[in-house]
Amino acid sequence: MIKLNYIIETKGALMETIEVKICSGTTCFVMGSSFLNELYELIPQKYGEKVSVTQSLCLGQCSKQDTHSNAPYVKVADTIISEATVEKVLAEIEKRVNKNE
Amino acid sequence: MNNNSQSIHIKRDILIRLVKAFDSDNFEKNVAKIPFDMRPKGADVPYRCCIYKEREIIKDRIIADLGFALEPLDESERLDEMAADSLQRKTIEENPLTVIDAACKGCVPSRVYVTDLCQGCVARACEKACKFGAITIAGGKSHIDPSKCKNCGMCINACPYNAIVRLIVPCEQACPIGAISKGENGTATIDFEKCISCGKCVAACPFGAVNEKSHIIDVLKAIKDGKKVVAMFAPAIAGQFPGSIFQLKSAMKKAGFFDVLEVAQGADITTKKESAEFVERIEHGATFMTTSCCAGYNNFIAKHLPEIKPFVSDTKTPMYYTAEIVKQKYPDAISVFISPCVAKRKEVQANENVDYVLNADELGAIFVGRKIEILEMEDTQYDYDSSKQARNFGVTGGVAAAVNSLLDDEEKANAYVIDGLTKDSIKQLKKYAKDGCCADGNLVEVMCCEGGCIGGNSNIASPKIAKKIINSLLEKSNDLK
Ligand code: FES
Repeated sequence: MIKLNYIIETKGALMETIEVKICSGTTCFVMGSSFLNELYELIPQKYGEKVSVTQSLCLGQCSKQDTHSNAPYVKVADTIISEATVEKVLAEIEKRVNKNE
Repeated sequence: MNNNSQSIHIKRDILIRLVKAFDSDNFEKNVAKIPFDMRPKGADVPYRCCIYKEREIIKDRIIADLGFALEPLDESERLDEMAADSLQRKTIEENPLTVIDAACKGCVPSRVYVTDLCQGCVARACEKACKFGAITIAGGKSHIDPSKCKNCGMCINACPYNAIVRLIVPCEQACPIGAISKGENGTATIDFEKCISCGKCVAACPFGAVNEKSHIIDVLKAIKDGKKVVAMFAPAIAGQFPGSIFQLKSAMKKAGFFDVLEVAQGADITTKKESAEFVERIEHGATFMTTSCCAGYNNFIAKHLPEIKPFVSDTKTPMYYTAEIVKQKYPDAISVFISPCVAKRKEVQANENVDYVLNADELGAIFVGRKIEILEMEDTQYDYDSSKQARNFGVTGGVAAAVNSLLDDEEKANAYVIDGLTKDSIKQLKKYAKDGCCADGNLVEVMCCEGGCIGGNSNIASPKIAKKIINSLLEKSNDLK
């Protein structure tokens, strides 16, 4: 059974929505993913329906030898961002939004 | 306070590797490899002058994580031997903090500094202003001789270009009682006579030079030896992990703990006693009472403000009562307090019912090292259903609100909250002690950390998120009766 104890979700139109998944798996959380939380407010503010942002279970990036070092991970569409920061995530979104337009 | 800096990232990375090494077939050898795994040959040197220094600092961090003090060492120690020693240790170190020299030297030794803005002007007001002859002009610029400079700041005021500045040493700035200072040799030393173990310097140092001597190996070893290791976690810890506290309990049991209790259970007892005590004190003419559950505040009282003692509640801390329950239930248990801050380490030392302390991030490292996904855990219930009020003890204002929740309208306290022990709030407390009364309220809650325990130095979640997670737990909790 999977339960998230705080879920902040914004859904946009399915078609050209860029999906952002912030990892809340144990490794990413311990390595600081809660400090990415302002993205849950920033992204909808900035991009409205164009980008959706959700909390995610372990993205599977941390399980290999020593890959915990590069947590927290965030997935923007099909790109994995390691040692994610608010700035890095926003830069990746920006790149994609510009490409879409 | 910033619990999200690179130095914290490295600290947790090391802890996780330490847990993995402990669980491996050769602990000593794999511990010794950690600096080389983290900075392999040819790797980038992200922070310091060379790879050797980076490895040296990583080694020092490991030594602190193994539970040893760095001060008596001379760099010749071998990590594998120290790892072996850590397994033999029977008692824990007295003072909880230790400073990594090599990391500390990365930061400013002298505190008054001439910037590039110096115009090399003709007036040379700085040179004249200096009473100690520490300033000379060379190459068209002012220079300060650190051996003569007394940090008086006269030159700062004299410079017409504001070109001379005072560099702040973050640890000194953060310490509310001036117990840490950077000496002439560029290394910070902690005066343990004064130190209240609040952990503010640990959080403030941008080089991560102030470290706790961890008990993580002692706890892992007790679990491995098949001892009944029982964990009790502070209310603030409920906000440090993804998932519910019921999933957290399952995760902790999977990590090897025999049983898990909420310290909120003891907080219910604290609340009952403290509210009764408050009413009694006021009836007997007391003008105010302060709370007594913050370990940093208690250390502060003992060392710096014994005068306020008569106004401090005699009620024991939630940890105290919870530990009593643990030892009654499991007389042969090794009990571990899961803590958000350094100060509790001192309290634990004075309490025979508690054996070890693990920080939130040390517990987190165990989860990561043992690949425990909290969000995928089933719920495990607690034997005791802690109240909403108790579960909010770790958030500033929570203790006073809990006490008030048990009081009738006419008895209700006029609560005043000291949200963080700072140089300013210390002045306030001194005034209360001196005047024998407090104009701000008759129940003074004192929290050493800003925001309460969720602002503690060893937390994982940002205080904002911790509060959110705790609030979602409160919604499902019952009022204290
Ligand atoms: S916890 Fe984030 S990738 Fe595994």
